[in-house]
Amino acid sequence: MTGICKSFSGVKVLSDVQFDLKAGEVHVLAGENGAGKSTLIKILAGVHTDYQGQISLNSQPVRFASIHEATAAGISVIHQELSLVPSMTIAENIFLGREKCRGLWLNKKEMTAEAGKLLAEIGLDVDVTRNLGSYPLSIQQMVEICKAIAFDCRIIVMDEPTSALTDVEVEKLFTIVDKLRKSGCGIIYISHKMEEIYRIADRITVLRDGEYVGTATAEELDRGKMVKWMVGRELNQQFPRHKSAPGQVRLKVSSFILPDPAGKPMPAVNDVSFSVRCGEILGIAGLQGSGNSELLNGIFGTYGSQAHGDFELDGQPYKPTTPANAISRGISLLTNDRKANGLVLGMNIIHNITLAALKKFSPFGWLQPNSETKTAAEQKEALNLKAASLKMSVDSLSGGNQQKVVMAKWIETEPKVFLLDEPTRGVDVGAKHEIYELMNKWTSNGLAIILITSEMPELLAMSDRIIVMHRGSITAEFDSEQATQEKILHAAMGIQTN
Amino acid sequence: MTKEKSSAKFAGFSAEHWFTSPTSRAFGALIIVFALGLLFNADGAFYKWGTHRDMLRAVSVYGILSCGMTLVIISGGIDLSVASILALTAVSFSLFTIHKGISTPIAILACLVIGALCGMFSGAVIARFRIQPFIATLAMMVFARGMAKWVSGGQKISTAVQQSDGTYKYVNVPQVFNFINSKVLGDNITVVTLIFVVCLIISWILLVKLRYGRYLYAIGGNEEAARLSGVPVGWTKILAYGMSGLFCAVAGICQAAQELQGDPEAGMAYELSAIAMVVIGGTSLQGGRGGIWLTLIGVLTIGYLEKILSINAVGEDKRLMLTAAIIIAAVLVQKGKK
Repeated sequence: MTGICKSFSGVKVLSDVQFDLKAGEVHVLAGENGAGKSTLIKILAGVHTDYQGQISLNSQPVRFASIHEATAAGISVIHQELSLVPSMTIAENIFLGREKCRGLWLNKKEMTAEAGKLLAEIGLDVDVTRNLGSYPLSIQQMVEICKAIAFDCRIIVMDEPTSALTDVEVEKLFTIVDKLRKSGCGIIYISHKMEEIYRIADRITVLRDGEYVGTATAEELDRGKMVKWMVGRELNQQFPRHKSAPGQVRLKVSSFILPDPAGKPMPAVNDVSFSVRCGEILGIAGLQGSGNSELLNGIFGTYGSQAHGDFELDGQPYKPTTPANAISRGISLLTNDRKANGLVLGMNIIHNITLAALKKFSPFGWLQPNSETKTAAEQKEALNLKAASLKMSVDSLSGGNQQKVVMAKWIETEPKVFLLDEPTRGVDVGAKHEIYELMNKWTSNGLAIILITSEMPELLAMSDRIIVMHRGSITAEFDSEQATQEKILHAAMGIQTN
Repeated sequence: MTKEKSSAKFAGFSAEHWFTSPTSRAFGALIIVFALGLLFNADGAFYKWGTHRDMLRAVSVYGILSCGMTLVIISGGIDLSVASILALTAVSFSLFTIHKGISTPIAILACLVIGALCGMFSGAVIARFRIQPFIATLAMMVFARGMAKWVSGGQKISTAVQQSDGTYKYVNVPQVFNFINSKVLGDNITVVTLIFVVCLIISWILLVKLRYGRYLYAIGGNEEAARLSGVPVGWTKILAYGMSGLFCAVAGICQAAQELQGDPEAGMAYELSAIAMVVIGGTSLQGGRGGIWLTLIGVLTIGYLEKILSINAVGEDKRLMLTAAIIIAAVLVQKGKK
């Protein structure tokens, strides 16, 4: 791909970008959110057809007019967002759009058999005749990957494929990637996770603000240099956690039990006790299914009175009944899926920021638009939110800026305890750094933070204390000095260590 | 900045967005219909204010229903029961005032309470048992129609009052019936149209000025995010359907006044007209987007279309077919904004 330019309604999002992919290599496409990676991929996949520049495939110039043409040419894309139908079975999903038929009739038997074979090949043990929706997100993601590689393809694009995967599944994925590489496939891999990039990259191309910065092999381009390429400046410290001096106990949780929300016999959170102090960041580690996310939701009252246990907030008894009650008591929850339940995407930035604290802006029920706008402008300043106008709807913002809107919303409720579930998921390097700085600022003002993150370096660097959960129970607790990646992983997988 | 904001919130009347805002797009359909009226003016009938006054009178009852429908649709729901609640309250109002001789203010209050309770009941079923609004209000649609027939004994409640000996005695309609039908301001506007305007203003205050309205938009936009932000989702929904029921009662009283009787069969398929008017205005059936002024534009678009066709002596058959075309065309124009 050479000289690729693309504009959206007059705004240039790609200018003169080049990219090349050899057979049998993994080429990582890196850049901050909004750098133009996804747009470039969409041009390659035939989604965007009105672009300038030249694409050649095996030295033949091509121009895909539709997704179908690109697929026929052997280009397969695994999208960031799942493009599967949860109410259909796994087999039906894999063959969606290319069903095997005998005349007019679907050949279910053959599809089921073949789907089972494909999934077994990548080491996924599931029942292909069950509905996809009955499996957790990580399995769905694996099915999506399987669907993409199930058919002969020469180029596979993976756009943040691991964002919903557990470490074990990530390993499986990498095995698959290796196999594909050896079989001569070219793989374009997009990720924000440094560990992953250096695990599998042969070469790395960096984009910034829609422009081509450079391409280098993974050996040549060390982390510092890559981050510099991506943000255009040096980030001297990737994780800037200031050591804090925790104050008195803010939230104390004892014997917390939460039945499984899906109705399985084993409780999602089983007899968990811990406490967090003012100004402290408590990290909760755990693999998928460990119950750490359910724990935060339980404290916030998402599950209502299903959650049992004794809670003390600043020495006062607290009972999680509804989110509204939790908010009024000074507990905020940043959920791990901002699009599904963090933001009202169609509403503008101002209204999203003031939503959770709206009573403050509407004495006697009457809204005060002026004070709303003023507050939103202050938050924009404080969080370095990049938006052309506060009246833009939030769905037009990049991931990092959307996350800042969610954070602004919760800070407006003046929380005492801030529960952060994957605060940096789908957020670019520059914004991640800013979020870490914000966490530092908040804790220095006495806020207590409970942090869940699947990025181990982030957890290790930002937490003052770490507890590890496995299948709903706490299996270990570490000070930040004692904790290592290995120790945490052992505890998270339920392996006893002494 | 502030000034610009408040005007934009009004209904999108800010210059920069003029050509792309939903309001202007909705206006497009209205202007085209209006231009057709100027062209096919039926020998100048379209140039007379009386024609417009009559059009406004004719759409007012639909418009009042559309106000409630707008609130419900913005919250991400739908209310199929509006026409039945209209019939129930029309029958009740006629029964109270004509037959029972209950004083007008008390009769009005009673009808408003009946309407609001019907709506709140649907809302409660939707909020408490998480039943889809389509189903819950479909049930209320059937129930309220049945109740209208039960209350009236299946008869039209008119000024002919049956005596105990089986003969009919004719009574005068109460003053309020004539008042609602009367023209005021130098015969230039009908009272029922003014009632519609009041309903519009109430809806506008609810949607734009009150915290409650923000909650409606938030729930329609993303219910789960709203709930996790502490929005009282259940009560907001119950009130939305309750308001819709209240507007139905207002419409029912107006309907009774216009027909000079309470007909248990009144308002058949009005709910579909109300939904069509909201949608033509550009309020999204998915919820979270739209506004009351858009609904006004939708009401006027259909109102004018009907009026122009009728003054040009186009038969009802062709009118219906053309209305269908306008619905599709207007929604297509709305979609063009993406």
